[in-house]
Amino acid sequence: MSLTSAFEVSSIEATKSMEVTAVTGPRRKSHGKFLGLRLAAAITISLVMFFPLYWMITTAFSTRADLYAPGLHLWPEHFTLSNFIDPIVRFPVWKWFQNSLAIATLTTIITVICNLLAGYAFAKLKFRGKNPLFLVLLSTMMIPAQAIMVPQFKLAIALGLYGNIWSVILPESAVIFGVFLARQFFIAIPDELLEAARVDGAGHLRTFVSVVLPLCKPLLAVLTLLTFMGEWNAFGWPLVALSGDPALFTLPIGIVGDLQGQYTSNYGRIMAISLLMTLPVVILFITFQKYFVEGLARSGIK
Amino acid sequence: MFLLPNIVMIAVFTLLPLIFAFVISFQNLDSLGGWSWVGFGNYVKLVTDPVFWQSMTNTGIFTLFTVPVGMILGLGIAVLLNGVLPGRTLFRSIIFLPLVVSGVATGVLGAWMFDQSNGFINRILGSVGIAPTAWQSDGFWAMASIILVTLWQRVGFDMLIYLAGLQGVDPSVQEAATVDGATGWQRFRLVTFPLLGPSTFFLLIMNMIYSFQVFDTVWAMTRGGPGFSTTTVVSYAYRTSFDEHGPQLLGYGAAVGVAIYLISLAITAIQWRFSSSRDQTD
Repeated sequence: MSLTSAFEVSSIEATKSMEVTAVTGPRRKSHGKFLGLRLAAAITISLVMFFPLYWMITTAFSTRADLYAPGLHLWPEHFTLSNFIDPIVRFPVWKWFQNSLAIATLTTIITVICNLLAGYAFAKLKFRGKNPLFLVLLSTMMIPAQAIMVPQFKLAIALGLYGNIWSVILPESAVIFGVFLARQFFIAIPDELLEAARVDGAGHLRTFVSVVLPLCKPLLAVLTLLTFMGEWNAFGWPLVALSGDPALFTLPIGIVGDLQGQYTSNYGRIMAISLLMTLPVVILFITFQKYFVEGLARSGIK
Repeated sequence: MFLLPNIVMIAVFTLLPLIFAFVISFQNLDSLGGWSWVGFGNYVKLVTDPVFWQSMTNTGIFTLFTVPVGMILGLGIAVLLNGVLPGRTLFRSIIFLPLVVSGVATGVLGAWMFDQSNGFINRILGSVGIAPTAWQSDGFWAMASIILVTLWQRVGFDMLIYLAGLQGVDPSVQEAATVDGATGWQRFRLVTFPLLGPSTFFLLIMNMIYSFQVFDTVWAMTRGGPGFSTTTVVSYAYRTSFDEHGPQLLGYGAAVGVAIYLISLAITAIQWRFSSSRDQTD
């Protein structure tokens, strides 16, 4: 839970910083003399940061003989796809992929709906005990997942969730971070707009669906992406909830639970499936990076 | 009505378990569901459990090295990439990228790169004549390896928060300092860095909580080994409560969980104290 929220915060800050840059543009022209030096430093740091990911790719396409031969092999000398084929044939990798996709998708849908509604209530509705309630919800953000995993485990059994993917989906949907993001966004919507709808005879729910929702596409995009990426990568709670049944494994659980034990001296296989797991989130990040920035920038102007 | 779904979810899956965590921590609950009250038995066991204290020490060392070093590196990179530089958006994206890679992928990648006999790190050290380092069989070096991997994973986060902070620093303040004859380093130390106070504070808290609760990367990379040398408190809570075969000592695991909760609470309390005193001075 903490990892997800840290990641969510960071992404928002990221878009913020990138957005401001876009507005500010080049600022100072001094220090031009250090430009070459600074560029060299930036390139070196980026190479060091990117290298481990390059190594994952290289390893995934290299033969075991090359990987375990002495000396440095900086690229696949004998290109192979066996690292992908072998684990996919021997383990239900496709099933893990489906489970990951189902859990991440359903968790995202439930989380986004709950968070949007609650964020709207905290931003625009008046009711008793609003602030204390907000503080109570806020305080749940710092409860470490491992502090409550034993009772959560007993609860999942008691509710009959244990043994199916809902044992992951429901507890993982009980998050509060999106409420803050949504609340921030909704506060910026002018009250007059909502009052106009109400004068026309629309109730709270009607106002929300027909007036508010069409305005919050950028918010929806950001919330959906952050939640989906966080759940695709989720590990701590799924490990507890799903370990009992290999048919329910997600990709992270499959890699740690099955592949790591099976391929202790054949890392090409593990890197190949890790690459398959990593690729979707990297593509999502690269594709929507600009949309993120635009979405948040526009939401800031409104 | 709008609040109901979220509140029900939080109440059932977070608050209720939190209450039961306290209840179970006073029980002796085994994997087959049999249980009995043991009073403070689990807590007595906890404070006399050398592995628990070792895991606390490990978490402390891990936090002590990952948090400040990551923040210093992140600040340096942010300053570097804040100025005019061709391709800086690309550099920023590359440095941010490890953050979207899952903890499990990072962990298994780390385990492979730090593999003692065939990993890249020892190979490249070997190519310049340095003897192989015992990243996996020696506790000290295993801890060093998880710290390095975590720094790789987290530095983009520090960079981005500092970048956002730097955007908020008014350039005219910098220029005023330059006019007054301040050198680049003085300008940074006396003007820019104090103005980044809120970013530093935010990062300190976020990173401390992250480092304190670290699990997936470390678990995928070392399983807490060799021995217990890279076992953090949350890994220990997991290890005592569950393993690959299912539930283990649930009552005792719940007690470890409660201890983790209370420490998190303390960190948050300190944060509130500091942030309220800072608001007053501002």
